[in-house]
Amino acid sequence: MVGLVVVSHSERAAEGIREIAAEMAGDTQIEAVGGDGDGGIGTNATDIQETIDSISDGEAAVLVDLGSAVMNAELAIEMSDNDAKIADAPVLEGAVNAAVSATSPKATLDSVLEAAEEAGEISKV
Amino acid sequence: MGTTEQEAVRAAIERIADRMADEKEYLTDLDSAIGDADHGANMNRGFRAVHEKIEGMDDAPPAELVKTVGITLVSEVGGAAGPLYGGSFMTASAELEDGVTAESSVAFAEAFLEKVKDRGDAPVGAKTMVDAITPAVHTYKKSIEEDDLEPVEALTKAVDACERGVNFTTPIRATKGRASYLGWRSVGHQDPGATSTLFIVEAIRETAVEYLGDGDLEPDATSPTVPDEAPAEAKDDEEAGGAEEKNETQEDA
Repeated sequence: MVGLVVVSHSERAAEGIREIAAEMAGDTQIEAVGGDGDGGIGTNATDIQETIDSISDGEAAVLVDLGSAVMNAELAIEMSDNDAKIADAPVLEGAVNAAVSATSPKATLDSVLEAAEEAGEISKV
Repeated sequence: MGTTEQEAVRAAIERIADRMADEKEYLTDLDSAIGDADHGANMNRGFRAVHEKIEGMDDAPPAELVKTVGITLVSEVGGAAGPLYGGSFMTASAELEDGVTAESSVAFAEAFLEKVKDRGDAPVGAKTMVDAITPAVHTYKKSIEEDDLEPVEALTKAVDACERGVNFTTPIRATKGRASYLGWRSVGHQDPGATSTLFIVEAIRETAVEYLGDGDLEPDATSPTVPDEAPAEAKDDEEAGGAEEKNETQEDA
């Protein structure tokens, strides 16, 4: 089963997004990681790598927020043994879409990423 | 490669760490104008951790030392500087596996630049560290490969080019990184990432001077800081040695 990793500059934001997505997720494993490791705002590649490694089935769609979160997630993926890819998607809507998609028995990493990326086209008003 | 080469690489890393400690507030001031005011603190924290890490690595070859720098920066620096500096040191360290020579230092510098560009996706002129690294690396490569200069001379040219790159960031508008959110308000401020790059390149050159002598070039032509600091610091470090030091220089490029 494909897992999800939510990455934000704020640990609380990442956890909150995980919480919202988990409502739709069934048995999908969703992990949250954020902050600079010292309680501040930021992202840290090592922490992200450890979170990707914690996805038990080895495949993870990674949802990220701004700027350096993308770079740190890319580096974390390079360092991880798990198969992970970043979704080019808004972090909250993408996480919800990905969580729903991951519950399908036919879900693959690419299909989950695709679902997450469709969130970029959602019109809100 | 002998121990001198290893010592030179360690000395360069320690000199970079000392410089980041000295410039912590200056870098943070630059970053508070157009960023999130943490660059100095982050770089200092990262290199302080590096300093501690390499203390127990007496027998480590240069490539392993440099790779350790990268791994440590990745976990300690955070922000964009963590993956950009740390990830690039990690990747480029492979070029030093067979030791530090003029040739391998050029390869190191090029691999470093390539990784920064690849990861950050910033072109020259976006007001980022790329504006400092690119001219430094191109100048170093040309100086070694086409102009046949000695490594220290090539480094002196590279410092000069790097400093011009830093100055170039002041009048332009940021289009990448946190500063890009400010748009035109970023104009008139020197980029902190380009500035920390210059400090690294300067520290490498100073270490190279210490180990290899200052070559035929007057160091001053290029950067005001180098002439004042290099001789004084050179005296502090006692080792004088082999030619390996040059490679070290490359790293920052």
